[in-house]
Amino acid sequence: MSNVFIVGYDGTKDGRRALDFALERAKSQNAEVHIVYVLEWSPYSFLTPEELEQRHARRKEEVELASTQIMSPLLKELEGAGIKVEGVIRYGKIPEVICEVAKKAGAMQIIVGRNGGSDIAARVFGSVPGTLVQISPVPVTVVP
Amino acid sequence: MGDIFNFRRLLRTPSLAIAALITLLPSIARAQEEAMGIDEKINELISPVSNVIVSVIFYSVPLGDTAFPLIVGWLVIAATVFTLYFGFIQFRYFGHAISLVKGDYSNPDDAGEVSHFQALATALSGTVGLGNIAGVAVAVSIGGAGATFWMILAGLLGMASKFTECTLGVKFRNEYGDGTVSGGPMYYLEKGFALKNMAGLGKGLGVFFAVCCIGGAVGGGNMFQANQSFQQFVNVTGGETSFFADKGWLFGIVMALIVGVVIIGGIKSIARVTEKVVPFMAVIYVGAALVIIVMNYDMVGWAFGQIFSGAFTGEGVAGGVIGALIQGFKRAAFSNEAGIGSASIAHSAVRTKEPITEGFVSLLEPFIDTVVICTMTALVIIITGKLGSDLTGVALTSSAFESAFAWFPYVLAIAVILFAFSTMISWSYYGLKAWTYLVGEDKKMELIFKLVFCLFVVLGASMSLGPVIDFSDSMIFAMAIPNIIGLYVLMPFVKAELEQYTAKLASGEIRKFKHT
Repeated sequence: MSNVFIVGYDGTKDGRRALDFALERAKSQNAEVHIVYVLEWSPYSFLTPEELEQRHARRKEEVELASTQIMSPLLKELEGAGIKVEGVIRYGKIPEVICEVAKKAGAMQIIVGRNGGSDIAARVFGSVPGTLVQISPVPVTVVP
Repeated sequence: MGDIFNFRRLLRTPSLAIAALITLLPSIARAQEEAMGIDEKINELISPVSNVIVSVIFYSVPLGDTAFPLIVGWLVIAATVFTLYFGFIQFRYFGHAISLVKGDYSNPDDAGEVSHFQALATALSGTVGLGNIAGVAVAVSIGGAGATFWMILAGLLGMASKFTECTLGVKFRNEYGDGTVSGGPMYYLEKGFALKNMAGLGKGLGVFFAVCCIGGAVGGGNMFQANQSFQQFVNVTGGETSFFADKGWLFGIVMALIVGVVIIGGIKSIARVTEKVVPFMAVIYVGAALVIIVMNYDMVGWAFGQIFSGAFTGEGVAGGVIGALIQGFKRAAFSNEAGIGSASIAHSAVRTKEPITEGFVSLLEPFIDTVVICTMTALVIIITGKLGSDLTGVALTSSAFESAFAWFPYVLAIAVILFAFSTMISWSYYGLKAWTYLVGEDKKMELIFKLVFCLFVVLGASMSLGPVIDFSDSMIFAMAIPNIIGLYVLMPFVKAELEQYTAKLASGEIRKFKHT
């Protein structure tokens, strides 16, 4: 198993806490950090004919936005930190994609934040950390 | 009117366009109300033209003791030719089509692009609708139970036509710098024929197709839908005594505004909500039909007996076997649009490395639409014994379901309106693509088409439109003339695609992605 930490990052301060937590541990353990940013996407959602036509262009825009607005500034900021950091932007269901990336990288563990919500929606539909804990192939750390 | 708003500015701003629509629509409706004779005037105006077109498109030859419309034969012969030419592709690759839709062959790195499932769902929402509910009832009430057999047969054969046209749609589409695409019969007619050194003919057929497609979009894809959903709406709100009975314009305005908000305003959330409800309605509809069939399971054998014997004896049907056959074939074509070319427009927007995969996926459409859903409607009508009654159209279907579930007509009314709405959204896109093919890809011209499309919703709902319906129906069938000529000429391209694809499948170059 390689020394890789996977961090699920969503651009919020909760995600940032998870990232900082991971960076700290990675530094002491001499590990790599892979930051995963997932654009929520279901291949079973419904599109109108017009959306069908524009989908490819939209996808390009979305990836570019995620890259220029979120991932690139973040990677730039972490450049001098002395830790090997990689950024991944992917489409799909957040927990599933994070697990896939973790498996592919042979990661040691997954680190995610949580939004602290205990509302009804999370109870009914589940939350990303909750699902991750259930399906992850490696240990999961949820940073409060 | 010109003083009130600046037309150029209006064309630049969708929100202004919608505002204009809101101001315009009531005045049109008022004009209609004040001059109640306007229906007749429009009918009078359109009748001579539409009669000529109808008599050309539905030109019939005597066959047995009934008149056989050649266009129906045109569609069925084409479907048979494609079935044979591709060696019963619809059966051999049925399983593969389902694998594609399930995403077994989708590269996870392409997530975020349109999936095969989405393409299928979008194309289906354009075809599943009144044809499955009202059209089938018309078929069996005129052609007897036996019409169902021919409908199923036409559906099975039509799968090969869909396969051919959707593969060509992707293969010959135009791709633009901004990543958007335009495709459909007009593009494969033009580009495909050019490769065969028949550029002039291809362009001519492409233009002919585009003109018919605009007619079909405004007529069958819009006015007919608005009109029929208004009818069912009146039926459940009290029939003759309904507050809405003489207020088609009001219904039309509401419908036009919602359509306008979606296609002009780009408020996708409404379309999305509707489209979420539409599959749900389809499930309720098919579910209710299944329950009725299961409750009467002892009659299913008898019903199929009626369907088979009716198909070959034509007992009690005007025109006998041929009469049943015409009705079955005609309604199947109306419902699943195989050979018409419309679905090709929707499918060509999908980004795929292999054009033929869209062909495979699309061959499921006539199966779901006709072989499954239409057959369910027919079985329910036969089993509930409503076939002998003097009802027809949506009223027949409604009463058949009502005999099992008293509340069903209300659900059906909602379903019909939603189906009509989603069909309108799909056809507005087909019409728009045909329009931009003729006038060029231009935002202003697009907006003009969309505004006109919305106005026709109001006209469709507020008019009693015999000749107009005839006209729009014949426009939809007219699309099949250039389209099928194109399919015959271009089918070797599809065969080449099929061969290289199956070779890749055999060599393992194309294989299932392991989903973890």
